Amino acid sequence: MIVPYSHVIILSGILFLMGMFCTVVRRNLIMVLLGLEIMLNAAAVAFVGASLRWQLMEGQALVIFIIAVAATEVSVGLAMVVAMYRQTGSVDPEVLEGKETSG
Amino acid sequence: MTVQGILFYLLATVTVLATGMAITRRNLAHAVVYLVISFFGSALLFYLLGAPLLAALEVIIYAGAIMILFLFVVMMIRLEKLETPLFPVGQMIPALVSACLFVVTGALLLTIDAPAHEAWLESAVATPSAFGRFLFTTHWLAIEIVSLLLLVALIGALHIGRERPEAKEEPAP
Repeated sequence: MIVPYSHVIILSGILFLMGMFCTVVRRNLIMVLLGLEIMLNAAAVAFVGASLRWQLMEGQALVIFIIAVAATEVSVGLAMVVAMYRQTGSVDPEVLEGKETSG
Repeated sequence: MTVQGILFYLLATVTVLATGMAITRRNLAHAVVYLVISFFGSALLFYLLGAPLLAALEVIIYAGAIMILFLFVVMMIRLEKLETPLFPVGQMIPALVSACLFVVTGALLLTIDAPAHEAWLESAVATPSAFGRFLFTTHWLAIEIVSLLLLVALIGALHIGRERPEAKEEPAP
């Protein structure tokens, strides 16, 4: 007897919301990638809780794939951020839209 | 409330607070360090919820590899001007709208069949050997596909991150 299953889901929801907020609001590509990491981690928490709720290992197997996809996404994403920094000297996503005037 | 329940709420509080601190930091290095704390918290949470192998992988891959990669890039990139408004109003509106949508849908889903979600979690442990055997007998094809994906990401990151001497000659558009 640990906690009700719904509490795990609520925790995962709060973490996901924080990651989404970080991804949408921050104007820095590195923080956007950090927000994506938080969201993937929140999904992993929900999967582990569900795995314990139904006493099946499928949820934990999915978490392995989530971790692998997170590593993939972050390596390619950071390589693209560095490439953008080399070209424009900035990591502000608005530079790509041409809105930035003072840059 | 059992000892495990108290531990769960303690770890949940630490994780949520560290994540909240991470997403509001102006300094990127501070944000990354707070996020490492958050990932340690969720690793302990995984251990509590009966997944010791995943707890180890979370520390090794998330806190160890991914966050260090972030730290390397943060140190490599020199930012002259920081984000002046941390939360610009123009981007708050879509964030708040989607957050409201998310909260309403989540609350609806949790209340629609509440008895199914109110079940108490029984503690059980998937030992690493049992979990590994399960993974490589039931999901071996997916494991192969994921390893191929990692190889593709390696090649892609090397290709994107390579310096092109001829590209530097061109004037910036």
